[in-house]
Amino acid sequence: MGASHGIAEGKAYLLARKKTKFSKRYVAQEHVDKEIRRVQEALEKSKADLRKIKETLTHEDVHEHLFILDSHLMILEDPMLVDSVSEIITLERKNAEWALLTAFDNLKRVFNGSENEYLRERKSDFDYLCNWILKHLAGRGEESLQHINDKVVLVSHYLSPAETAQMDREKVIGFVTDLGGKTSHTAILARAMKIPAVVGAEKATQEINAGDRIILDGIEGLVVVNPTRETLDHYRNRKVQYGNLERDLLKARDLPAETLEGKRIQLTANIEMVEEANSVLEYGAEGIGLYRTEFLCLSQGRIPCEEEHFQVYRSVVERVAPYPVNIRTFDFGSDKSPDIASLRQERNPALGLRSIRYCLREPEIFKDQLRAILRASHYGKLRILFPMVSGLSELEKAKAIYEEAKEEVREKGQPYDPNVEIGIMVEVPSAALIADVLAKEVDFFSVGTNDLIQYCMAIDRVNKEVAYLYEPLHPSILRILKFVVEAGHAAGIRVGMCGEMASDLRYLFVLLGFGFDQLSMVSSMIPWVKRIIRSSRHEEAKSLVEMLLATKHGKENEMTLSTWIQEKYPDLSDAVLCGYPGSLGSSRKGISDYSGEPSDDLHERKAVPACFRVRSKGLCKGD
Amino acid sequence: MRKMIVKDFTITNRLGIHARPAALLAKAASRFSSDIRVMKDGLEINGKSIMGIMMLAAAQGNTITIRAAGSDEKAAILALEELLENKFGED
Repeated sequence: MGASHGIAEGKAYLLARKKTKFSKRYVAQEHVDKEIRRVQEALEKSKADLRKIKETLTHEDVHEHLFILDSHLMILEDPMLVDSVSEIITLERKNAEWALLTAFDNLKRVFNGSENEYLRERKSDFDYLCNWILKHLAGRGEESLQHINDKVVLVSHYLSPAETAQMDREKVIGFVTDLGGKTSHTAILARAMKIPAVVGAEKATQEINAGDRIILDGIEGLVVVNPTRETLDHYRNRKVQYGNLERDLLKARDLPAETLEGKRIQLTANIEMVEEANSVLEYGAEGIGLYRTEFLCLSQGRIPCEEEHFQVYRSVVERVAPYPVNIRTFDFGSDKSPDIASLRQERNPALGLRSIRYCLREPEIFKDQLRAILRASHYGKLRILFPMVSGLSELEKAKAIYEEAKEEVREKGQPYDPNVEIGIMVEVPSAALIADVLAKEVDFFSVGTNDLIQYCMAIDRVNKEVAYLYEPLHPSILRILKFVVEAGHAAGIRVGMCGEMASDLRYLFVLLGFGFDQLSMVSSMIPWVKRIIRSSRHEEAKSLVEMLLATKHGKENEMTLSTWIQEKYPDLSDAVLCGYPGSLGSSRKGISDYSGEPSDDLHERKAVPACFRVRSKGLCKGD
Repeated sequence: MRKMIVKDFTITNRLGIHARPAALLAKAASRFSSDIRVMKDGLEINGKSIMGIMMLAAAQGNTITIRAAGSDEKAAILALEELLENKFGED
């Protein structure tokens, strides 16, 4: 899958991942000093590595990694480490490697005895450090990317965030890994550093040989090995076009997102990780419309403490200030549950104890998070967003806990903004249908279309058998959207959308027509959406919506919409209907080998319905 | 008699003294000139050493003894006490 946009073409550089081998032997008395010196040198080199990585990360402002690197560095700097290894060399006459391993084994044994599972797991910190030092003893060091002299596309089984952070953008022009997901820290860093990347390609290291010519398409998430002349030309063109287009779009970064009549729409970003906050403003977002805090727990495999929450939220808020950040409280669900949470196996998790329901069941966990959010509110502008509220009583309970949290923060004398706005996600049909009631109790609405459609149509959207029923333009969905926006506006509150529908260029006109005040999406889509908003008319979008509301079928509406776009906005239609840059369900992954059959990829694209998957031309030519 | 302060503490944070609290304790202890020792189950370590503290593998509910001796021993104990009482900012 594509992890970082852009196209890169170059030679493959395979990163070998060998296990460090070493021998265990006894050393003579006269060599004891030499062995101790070797350990000291390896330690110094490891420390230097870590410090260097730390500096790079400071530069990128990657707060979360800094902390763990800090404790690792402290361990390496601890005189106790070098003392205990030296003692083993001196007394037991073991060579440096063996002594190091013994010292770490002794340490780990203490943890094995611990009844506390979390403490037992800390052994991995020691394993990691021990390996690092061992590599230096073997004279190899951490497999460095510094040896790369040519411009290459890096191919590796995995890449750590630290390695990614160290990449020289002049030399590593793209990378592909067998493992990893879109939301891994490695992928996030790649996006922040603007290095095109494909992750989770599964067999990349097996299928690709060193020196192979590679095209890496981080937009579609494709890797082409040894492409034909034709494919190569196609991608070279595309790369130039993409580059021009992106530059073109980013020029409009500081212009407002407003229609030709001057109706303003606030475009904000959806983020999951603190690192993403950096690139948000670069794309011209006016803040963060959805910060999914549960990913903080998922990446750590546990629920962080108040202080950790606070540090992360503060960091996000400060980076985006003076723009606001909507912090959504934990939305643990069936597809993203932290192991540690007491989420039991449920027969129907999508309808089970999740999200706000879980938080209301575990008020202490909820309050920890709310206190941290309140404390962070002092450092910028933030708003709180409660997910999955199904009715008034849940909202009232959540607000009561929020008031308690506020009181606690106040009692401790910690600074906070007393006027933090509270909003709810409108994603459960029962809440949508009483939007007029709920609107009086909150400061804003944010419509989550993914869940709203899933619950409204009674389909599990990851179930392929029923995925065809997922119709954003189904009359029921349109009626609900209309009702929610009108109810919100009648009560004088802002209504936004943060679901996938908001980043789908086709539906943009529909959302404009409904009168949404804010649209939140993955930040890389913002320039595209802004471009379209700036060339469209609100009045026309309104009549489009009237037309769609009058039809009976979702499928029919899709066709009506396509025709309407082609008629009204012929210049934009190619780009809009193609969903450039590949945001529309671009779920391909893996490797395509084009050395045999030429341009499979192009044929494949021509085979899909012309109106949705044809290659973008109009906008690419730079109109 | 040589002057020193000795005090017992119970670990209250849920995760015990893992890497992060150990780093915080060692950092805090290092700010003082006093000699700081931490003891648990007969093991005594230097309170300024992160590895030493980690080796105690102090879990929630365990008791540790901190001993500070030196010109700023009182301030040192207070600083460490605060960290422990605040559960290292956890839970």
